[in-house]
Amino acid sequence: MSSVVDAKVAKEHGLTVKEWQHALDVLGRTPTIEELGMISVLWSEHCSYKSSRVHLKTLPTEAPWVIQGPGENAGVIDVGHGLAVAFKMESHNHPSFIEPYQGAATGVGGIMRDVFTMGARPIANLNSLRFGDPKAPRMRFLVEGVVAGIGGYGNCMGVPTVGGEVAFDPSYNGNILVNAFTLGVLPKDRVFLSQAAGVGNPLVYVGSKTGRDGIHGATMASEEFSKDSEAKRPRVQVGDPFTEKVLLEACLELMKEDVIVAIQDMGAAGLTSSSAEMASRGGLGVEINIDLVPRRETGMTPYEVLLSESQERMLMVVKKGHEAAVHRIFEKWDLSSAVVGVVTDTQHVVVKDAGRVVVDLPVSLLVDEAPMYERPTQRPEGLEALWVEPKLAEHPAAERLLALLARPTIASKRWIYEQYDHSVRAGTVIGPGEADACVIRLPDAGGTPKAGGGPGIAISVDMNGRYCRLDPRRGAALGVLEAVRNLACVGAEAKAVTDCLNFGNPEKPEVMWSFAEAVVGLGEACRALDTPIVSGNVSLYNETEGRPILPTPTVGVVGLVEDVRRVAKTAFPGPGHRIFLLGSTDVLSFAGSELQLLETGVLSGRPPEPDYARARAVHGACIEAVRSGLARSAHDLSEGGLLVALAECLVAARPGPDGVWLGAEVKLPGGERTRSAFAEGPSLILVTVLDSEVEALCALAERHRAPIAELGRTTDSGRLHIDQFLDVPTSALSDAYENGLMRALDLNALGG
Amino acid sequence: MRARVIVTLRRGVLDPAGQAVGNSLRHLGFGEVGDVRLGKVIDLELGSISRAEAEKKVNEMGQKLLANPVIEDFSLELTDEGGTRTT
Amino acid sequence: MKVAVVTFPGSNCDEDAAYVAESLLGASTTRVWHKDASLPDGTDLVILPGGFSYGDALRSGALARFSPVMGAVRSFAERGGLVLGICNGFQILLEAGLLPGAMLQNASQKFVCKRVRLRGHDTGSPFMRGLAGRVLEMPVAHHEGRYHASDEVLDRLFEERRVAFTYEGANPNGAARDIAGVLSEKKNVLGLMPHPERAVEAVLGGEDGLGMFLAAKSFLEAR
Repeated sequence: MSSVVDAKVAKEHGLTVKEWQHALDVLGRTPTIEELGMISVLWSEHCSYKSSRVHLKTLPTEAPWVIQGPGENAGVIDVGHGLAVAFKMESHNHPSFIEPYQGAATGVGGIMRDVFTMGARPIANLNSLRFGDPKAPRMRFLVEGVVAGIGGYGNCMGVPTVGGEVAFDPSYNGNILVNAFTLGVLPKDRVFLSQAAGVGNPLVYVGSKTGRDGIHGATMASEEFSKDSEAKRPRVQVGDPFTEKVLLEACLELMKEDVIVAIQDMGAAGLTSSSAEMASRGGLGVEINIDLVPRRETGMTPYEVLLSESQERMLMVVKKGHEAAVHRIFEKWDLSSAVVGVVTDTQHVVVKDAGRVVVDLPVSLLVDEAPMYERPTQRPEGLEALWVEPKLAEHPAAERLLALLARPTIASKRWIYEQYDHSVRAGTVIGPGEADACVIRLPDAGGTPKAGGGPGIAISVDMNGRYCRLDPRRGAALGVLEAVRNLACVGAEAKAVTDCLNFGNPEKPEVMWSFAEAVVGLGEACRALDTPIVSGNVSLYNETEGRPILPTPTVGVVGLVEDVRRVAKTAFPGPGHRIFLLGSTDVLSFAGSELQLLETGVLSGRPPEPDYARARAVHGACIEAVRSGLARSAHDLSEGGLLVALAECLVAARPGPDGVWLGAEVKLPGGERTRSAFAEGPSLILVTVLDSEVEALCALAERHRAPIAELGRTTDSGRLHIDQFLDVPTSALSDAYENGLMRALDLNALGG
Repeated sequence: MRARVIVTLRRGVLDPAGQAVGNSLRHLGFGEVGDVRLGKVIDLELGSISRAEAEKKVNEMGQKLLANPVIEDFSLELTDEGGTRTT
Repeated sequence: MKVAVVTFPGSNCDEDAAYVAESLLGASTTRVWHKDASLPDGTDLVILPGGFSYGDALRSGALARFSPVMGAVRSFAERGGLVLGICNGFQILLEAGLLPGAMLQNASQKFVCKRVRLRGHDTGSPFMRGLAGRVLEMPVAHHEGRYHASDEVLDRLFEERRVAFTYEGANPNGAARDIAGVLSEKKNVLGLMPHPERAVEAVLGGEDGLGMFLAAKSFLEAR
């Protein structure tokens, strides 16, 4: 490593000319190479949020039930019964495009560490994935690798992967998205934070030994993709889920003893960011003896040790005199632990290598002085010209429906979720593919299952990037509405949100505009629905060769189920039930719809303005209908509109023991038939009830001021029938829906 | 002394990973590829012990742990510090 | 009934197994660390749970069989004690030679998690009372569940009524002769790939896994 530090070396580290000058000015001298390394990673977009911070500050983050909002490893909310849940979503987009298995695996590993760092036992993983055109180069390889990587890590950890969403769009051809979500449970009065405290307390390193993995990964996540990214493969970290599993157990065991003052995951930028962040949050300093850090490779320089992104490591501040407890528990689990430094009152990060000072930086320089940009924004030219409701040609409805069901974005994701262990931990009440949201039965504070019914957690991750392209504010808000609606379908009340904001290059005013607008939309929807954003992550520079991805501000919404025995699933319960539509079809539109893309290949129109009062009415009615047991099934309208939703309810019911499929006899709601059948819109939910309960359902809807209309009834005909419009066997719907993904990607069956 | 242990699935045990690799190679135009078997390579550093002793020890390791005789075979290569290799 | 649930580094169904034993069967349940060289006094049933012991390094179960506790499990089994190996526990029992055969990667080469149907066979095992001829639904969740043994061994297993479960209808992993679970000669050691401990409550999707535990319990209580 060259020890001459100048403007050229700073540029190689990703600092702009201005940033370099700022560093020189604040420091009053030229930094050492180790210092430059630390500054560059902490000032990277990934660590500093320098482009996004001004906007993120506008988001709602508070509510009486919020225990910990943004700024820690994960958000925490009170869920009653003395319990809290910690959750967060994080992106691992760039590494997953370069090396899909390891990129996705380490993304899952990282988010789980964020959650158990808070003292929580992870009990649910979800993910939100975006892939390109199924026929694009490497796409099948990317899908197979990402899915295997998510499974490889989560399965080994014994944390069920209970849900998620996957969509395909050509804008992701060169930049897929892998957003991983984890939720954990903890006693509400024992949240662990990362604020260093207690001058003289030892700084203890635990977990895997340090190697030369992923040095400068945080910088890579802040650069646009180019063809030579493939050559950056050595920067990608390799995950070791086995070590993380034992690290999890060791940490949770240690957390039961009263010895940890603060704990921080060594994620992106490793020891550098964890030490600086702990010092910053505690308003203190730290001194690290870098030569004491356990190493896997020989000959590593202090620079490499500081910047290594080796996975499965943690940094703790431990009560002085209690080091032995740490060593005892980590030895039991065959893991390394070493005292590597001490908390100081200098408000400096000092790093020594065998006594020689290699870093002596004010914490404020690394964290508070990190650049913050109010980047210029510019609405894309010609956007209004796109806001014309699309017109579609005439086409037979049955063919349309079958084609829509086979679209990889709509088709069953069974091939994917069957590679994830979704039933471990005795808590999965509703797993993937069964309903609009997953439902996990709450264990006790230590994570031990509790028999019978009782409270549960419902989770949904969602976002429609096409709506966000057409109108990022409305699109982002509609994404929140959909995720909250998904919870309503299982009878859960939404409580809080985590977000993962995936956008292109923020230095482009159009991209920055879409980011700023999307944040406005998220804030507006979360305020209206009383679901504060308690944690999140921003991923920028998602572009390839100048083309940005669809704006994708993914949200993960967490809600509460009163009794896990009172939930609803997608599948129609049986023949002879009455089918109702909660909500109003007056907002349906083909703007950015799946049918528009399928038949025109063009994106146009403007998604509807969200009507929050309507949304609250529909959600409230649905939640009560499910909790009271009236609603025998519930499923919201989403991509593909009403007929796709009806088909999904039929297909999910599976054939009976006699091989006979359910059918439905349906009348379309008023208005133009193709629009009623296939256009998309928010706050619409299909529910079924018994004949004898029709009046009760209608009264309930009226009480909530939710519009309601009867569509028809379920039958034993094995066909979806709409007079003079469509008649298709359910088995054909199932064939299209169940095999669409595998056919589009030419995937091999899982067997059995 | 260094040893390299090569573990392969026994003949007759279906090797789907090997089949998949074979199919891919043939798709890539390597028509001459017939049967493909995947295996594991395990490199061991043994310090300064004699070749005979190394052979005996590594065979023991293979039988006891490195290969499962129900499904796997193993072979070994020994390299001494002079670089002489034997199989 | 006294149940011992063993935890290896990387076990991840140990808590589920202990939950079933303690909360649903009302058994006095002890968690045993793999470095312990003995089992608690009076143990009636040992459960080797699922998971990824040692991260499945080398082969699933290959390293765990050398854990100190396995010596105690072996002598417990030799004395006729009931041992249940689920998923990774089954793999460990195979590697330890307590059950015949070996486990290979699924034919699909992919992890598979889904509910499968199993047929219980007439074996005379304490675990299987009341399950012969029944078709049960339980989840599988594994990457290496393709049971393999030589033809002679397979023939003998069927002859000796040591095949406890076969997959009914679809075979999720390509296991030889659809075998999902096998018994030791004395039929006191059962290993199976599906997870009975995940099929014990209606609210979690089914109770078909409970029968095996209840059979073991009534056998032990009648003893």
